[in-house]
Parts: sequence; C-alpha cells; structure tokens
Amino acid sequence: MKSMSPMGLPVLFLLGALLAGCSDQTAAPAGTASEAETVDTPYEDRLRLALETAQPGDVIEVPEGTHQFTRGLTLNTDGVTIRGAGMDRSVLSFSGQIAGAEGLLVNASDFTIEDLGIEDTPGDALKINDGSNIVIRRVRTEWTRGPHTENGAYGIYPVQTENTLVEGAIAIGASDAGIYVGQSKNVIVRDSVAEFNVAGIEIENTVGADVYNNVATNNTGGILVFNMPDLPQEGHSTRVFNNRINGNNTGNFAPPGGAVSGVPAGSGVIINSNDRVEIFENEIADNRTANVLISSFFSASYSARETAPHFDPYPETIYIYDNTFSGGGDAPDREELEALRTALFAEAGRLPDVVWDGIRNPEKADAAYAICLNNGESVVLNVDAGNGYENVRVDMSGHNCSHEKLPEIVLATGG
Amino acid sequence: MIARGSTLFGLIVAATMTLTTAGCDDGPSGVRFHAQDAYPENLSAWRLHRLEGDRLILAGDVVPYDLNAPLFTDYAQKLRAIYLPPGTSATYRDYESFDFPVGTIIMKTFFYAKGESSDVVRANYVWQAGQSSLDRSQVRIIETRLLVRQSDGWDALPYVWQGDDAVLRLAGSLERLEIDLADGRRVPLPYIVPTRNECAACHATDHSSGALQPIGPKARHLNRGYLSGPVNQLTRMMKEGRLSGLPDLAAVPASADPAGDEPLDRRARSYLDINCGHCHSPKGAADTSGLHLDAATSGSRALGICKPPIAAGQGTGGRSYSIVPGDAEDSIIVFRMKTNDPGARMPELGRSLSHAEGIDLVGGWIDGLAGECIERDGPSLTGD
Repeated sequence: MKSMSPMGLPVLFLLGALLAGCSDQTAAPAGTASEAETVDTPYEDRLRLALETAQPGDVIEVPEGTHQFTRGLTLNTDGVTIRGAGMDRSVLSFSGQIAGAEGLLVNASDFTIEDLGIEDTPGDALKINDGSNIVIRRVRTEWTRGPHTENGAYGIYPVQTENTLVEGAIAIGASDAGIYVGQSKNVIVRDSVAEFNVAGIEIENTVGADVYNNVATNNTGGILVFNMPDLPQEGHSTRVFNNRINGNNTGNFAPPGGAVSGVPAGSGVIINSNDRVEIFENEIADNRTANVLISSFFSASYSARETAPHFDPYPETIYIYDNTFSGGGDAPDREELEALRTALFAEAGRLPDVVWDGIRNPEKADAAYAICLNNGESVVLNVDAGNGYENVRVDMSGHNCSHEKLPEIVLATGG
Repeated sequence: MIARGSTLFGLIVAATMTLTTAGCDDGPSGVRFHAQDAYPENLSAWRLHRLEGDRLILAGDVVPYDLNAPLFTDYAQKLRAIYLPPGTSATYRDYESFDFPVGTIIMKTFFYAKGESSDVVRANYVWQAGQSSLDRSQVRIIETRLLVRQSDGWDALPYVWQGDDAVLRLAGSLERLEIDLADGRRVPLPYIVPTRNECAACHATDHSSGALQPIGPKARHLNRGYLSGPVNQLTRMMKEGRLSGLPDLAAVPASADPAGDEPLDRRARSYLDINCGHCHSPKGAADTSGLHLDAATSGSRALGICKPPIAAGQGTGGRSYSIVPGDAEDSIIVFRMKTNDPGARMPELGRSLSHAEGIDLVGGWIDGLAGECIERDGPSLTGD
C-alpha cells in the first residue's frame, strides 16, 4: 500500500467533488433507502436484501421462528456466514415457493451455514455450486410430509466444491439424496443423520471423501458412492466408516428416470462404478436387499448399452473390512435377487452381506483392482449379472485380499 | 515504491480518465455514469431516457438494438439499447460477447401491451412502434435492467417501474399480473423481477470466475437489421465508430431467427443457444449436468442425445434421456420446457409461463432427429 501524498489529497477531493456533482439527486449506496429494513418489512425481503448486499465477513443471523418464502434465495458473495438459532428454532419454509430451483443457492467460497432448518422446497433445499471452504453445520433439510415423489430432489447439495465439511446435519424426505456431494474434492461428511430419503448420503464423482459417524436409516439406500458418465470429473478415494447404516427399507419414491430411481429398497451401501472405496468399522444391519451392493455402470438404471467415451464403468479397488453386519438380504427388492435368494439360501435364508454384479474389466483382472473383503464370516455373492445370472456363485478366491488403506481427509480449513 | 511526483501524476491521469469515461454530461444527451458506491435510486438519474407525456424516449446516444433470437421471458417485449462513452468502441469477438469499454451501459426494458386494466397485459402483441421509444398509453412497462461496465467488470442493476420512474430493487420484485395469451386464455402471471444475484445466474457465463458478461451483444445475435430493417446492426455500429475489428460480414456468424424460415435444425439450436446456452455450456453454472446447449457444442451426447440425467430430480418427468431422437414427448428437455413446477422447469429463472412456440420448435426438431437410444438388454442389480 502506497502512502498517500499530501498533494494527492486535494486531487482526490477534487475528483470526489466532480463525481458527486454528477448526481442531481440523492445517490444511495447499494441497498437503497427505499429497500432499507423497517419493522414492517417481511422477513423474506429483509433476508433477501441481506444476501444481495452481503460483504465478505458478514454474519447474517436468522432469528428464531418459521419464516415463509415465495422465491428462492441466492448468495454470490464470498466469506459470508449464515447463522440461525438452531435447526429447529430458525426455519426457512418454502412451502409457498413459486420461483427458484432451490431454497438457498450459494455461488461463493468461504461459506458457512449453521444452526438453521430449511423446509419444503419444490426443488433442492440448499445447493452450493462451485466454491471452496464450505461448512454446513447443524443444518436440517426436511420435507415435512415425509417421503413423497414430489418432494424436492436434494437436501444438502454441494456440487463442484473443494474443502467441504458437512457435520451435525439432518436430512429428511428428499426424493433423491438427503446429503449429496457431487463433483467435489476433499470432503468430510460426519456426525449427520439421513432418514426417509431415497438415498441417505450420496458421494458422486467426488475425489477424496471421508464419511463417518453418521446414521443412515429408513432410506431406500443408506450410503451411495457413485460415478456418473458425461461429467468433468470421475470420482475415487472415498472412505465410509463408523457409520450406522440400518433398516434402509423405505420403498423407492424417486421420480423415474433419475439415477437413484433404480436403487432397490433395502440397500445399505451401494458402490457403483466408483474406485478406491473403503468400507470399514460400520454397523450395517437389516437392509433387506443387501447390506452392501457393488455394481458396474452396466447394472444401473441409467445405463444404456453404450457408455460415454473415456468413462470407467467398473468398480475397482474396493476394500471392505471390520464391519459389524447383521440381518439384511432377506427380502430383496428385485425379482431376480429374490429368486436367487430362495433358490440358493432357502425360503428363510438371506443373501450374503456383499452382493456384486460380477461385471469387471477383463483387462484389469489382477488383485490391485479387486473387491477385497476381510470381514469375518461375510462373503461376496457374484450374481453374474453380465451373463443373465447364469453362473451365480460364492467364490472368495478373488476376494480374500487387502488394499493399501486410503489416507485421512484433511480439510485445508482445519475442519 | 513510486515517487511522490509520479503518484500525483498518476492520480491526475486517473482523474482525467475517470472524467473522460465516467464523468458528467459527457454524451450529447447527458447520459450520466455512476460509480459503484453511488448507484442512484432512480433510473432517471442515469439520463438514458426521458419522458415526454406518455412517451419514453431513449437519449440520442443510447442506441436500440435487437437480436436474431430473444430469450423468452413470459412473453414480455423488450426494448434493448447500448450506451457507449463518446469516442469509445466495443471490440469485435467471434463467439463471446463483444468486449465493451469501461463506461458502457446496456439497458433492457421489459414491457407488455396493456390489457383491459393495468394489471392485465397481453401476449399477442408484436411491438412495431418507434425504434427508440415506448408509448405508455399502449404498454405497461415493468422493469428496466442495466448492465454497467465498471473498471473491474460488469454490475447488474434491476430497476422496477413505479409511476413515472423506476426504482432500484437489488432484491428484485414479484409483480402479480394476469396475461391474455394468444390462444385466448387469461392466466395469472406472477412476474418475477430478478435480484442482482439472480442476474448473475445467467450473466456469470463463466461460473467459476463469477464475472458477469452481457449475453445478447454477440456477433451471431446482432448480425441482422434492427427491427428487420435494411441496415445491418454490426455494419452500422462499425460505421458509427462504436465497434472495432468487424470482419467482412460474410465471415460473421449469424444465429437463425427461431420464427424465421431457415432450416429447423438451425432455428432450434439458435433457440437453445439464447435460452439455455449461458448456463448449459462447458463453463456455465449448469456444467454440473454435462449437458451443453450453447452454439459451439457439436457432440451429440453433450447436446443431450441419449444422455441420461445427472441430478435432475423430478426434472426427469420420468424420462430417461435429455433427448430421445424422434420422440419429443419422451425427452427430458421438452418436459422441463413445459412444466411450471419451480423444482423442475427450465430455464430455472426468468419464466413463470411456458413458451408454447419454443416448445413446438424444439419438440419439432427432436421429432425430426434420426436415430434411437440403445436400451439395456438384460436384468440388472441396481436398475429398474
């Protein structure tokens, strides 16, 4: 910073006077007088104006109460914190929303949102598109009528973000995923609860994610680690550990056509087309299709026979160990799987804890790419989906292995 | 460290430059440019227009223009105009918006033909009035949006008309109107004036940078005569010294008029470009979808043909692909153009109504596409 010269001051003053002279009427700074807050201004307008005129460093406090919104909210300023008085005390309700694809859309970095509830958006509840250093803490997103096809798609939805922390959040009733992290890098989702969503927690096309100390229950699928084609980034390196993933048996209520509309009810963990995924020390129980499903792109509902160029459709280098499995696999939500269950394991039997579509890259048959299972008595059922379920088998010879463990995710923000 | 003398000199130069590009009364008509920290509350303070009775008349150096293909905005009519500081010119670019000098103001005024009352407006009305004025006895003016070129980039300012002036509304506005549609129906029109941040939803065409850009003033959109007149707008800008670097017109791209008589493919792509391409491009906010609808996209899958959705939610409408060749009804794009559910409709902002003519155009194009999407041939684990 240059020091101001004594002679510079009059020049600046002159310049200021000239510019000021341009205005023949009151010139107000951004957020003009007529838009200023008064006690009569609806809270919707006050919060929107605060977001529209936010400066870096601002903390926008949302008071206690349920506040109604007719239009979505957008924040584009870096370095802003939005803070409520508690996820059940400060609630943004969008049940009367007529415009905006999200409740709150954030296109900014260094963003923190905490202690706030967002309810009943027609579209996504909270979307953060393209930002770094994102903290979503003790935020609740909920569709209050419970599971319904016409609920909004995503609850907490950071996409193309980096250094992202979701903690202490609660996501309920999303018709796609409660907590959905897409196309991001370096992510932690922890200490959160996902209930009655189609997908509880979904990590998609993301590089480096730790998902731990969460509860995923009563969803259609508990925790999903997916890769989708046609996107700028393919994901890998996700660790799912110390979670409770139980009783995810809610019937699939996603609108048909989307990726998760193909998730069978009763799925604990699903890995689809993703690589270097570690599932360990979770409690995974009573997911009636399978506690763990592993599949290639070819087994997904959104798969045409042709794949996108350069897309890796195979799940590779998967390592499952030291989980506590119980129940599950006793009533698969797929005719083929149910037929297999009764044929192979008798009427009262259940599918093994890990069910795999058996489709692998023929050019990557060596152990480095294998699905390794080191989990007590648990076994992998290969349903041979690529060959019309012809050679369904439990053959652990390719799965009694281990992989080098993935490093812990460390957020640049020190989260 | 800069010596004091040169610091002072620099300040004087800066002051002089500021006065040249942003000072008072620098245009023959007295357009006034305002600094970022002092945007005026009233539109009239910019002196881009004047009122004579019921007539809104653009200032002499605020030059109207129009586009080969307009963005659909709930059947609103638009008066578009550009002000360039005297002695400056925009620099031609082949694909992106022209590079405009500091001090440029782009003005877009949204209006409707008046219906039986001030809150009932008409859609079935083609504006053919004067080239640079509006007659308020005939039209209801809703809002005027400004894009203002400051030294560090563009700012977007929404002004909402109230009486004889428009008032800055950074938080936008909701105007509850009714509209008489061309087919005779009268329907509610909750007209949304976008907030400043919502302006960026379309105008931050490079979403990662967040920098705003004009969308309309591109070579391919401006390459026509104003209001279909005989003189090409680009040629005129060049002759008047307001555009530099214009190549021979034969080498300048031109979007098709969606309502014109060019081949269907060109008209549909032009419509998608102006209505969708600012977000659905490799750098736009909708690059998360992998669906690119801007003019430069050529790959069929990126364009949506047999491409499954990524995170469309209920926006799929139960359909599997963005575009199914030969089957508009089974294509997600057409579903999202038709629906008015805020969580599913496209574009996400800027419309409360669906655009019947646009749906016919894009649907007709899809119906005429050859090919088919290959379906899976076996049972699947995580499939339907």
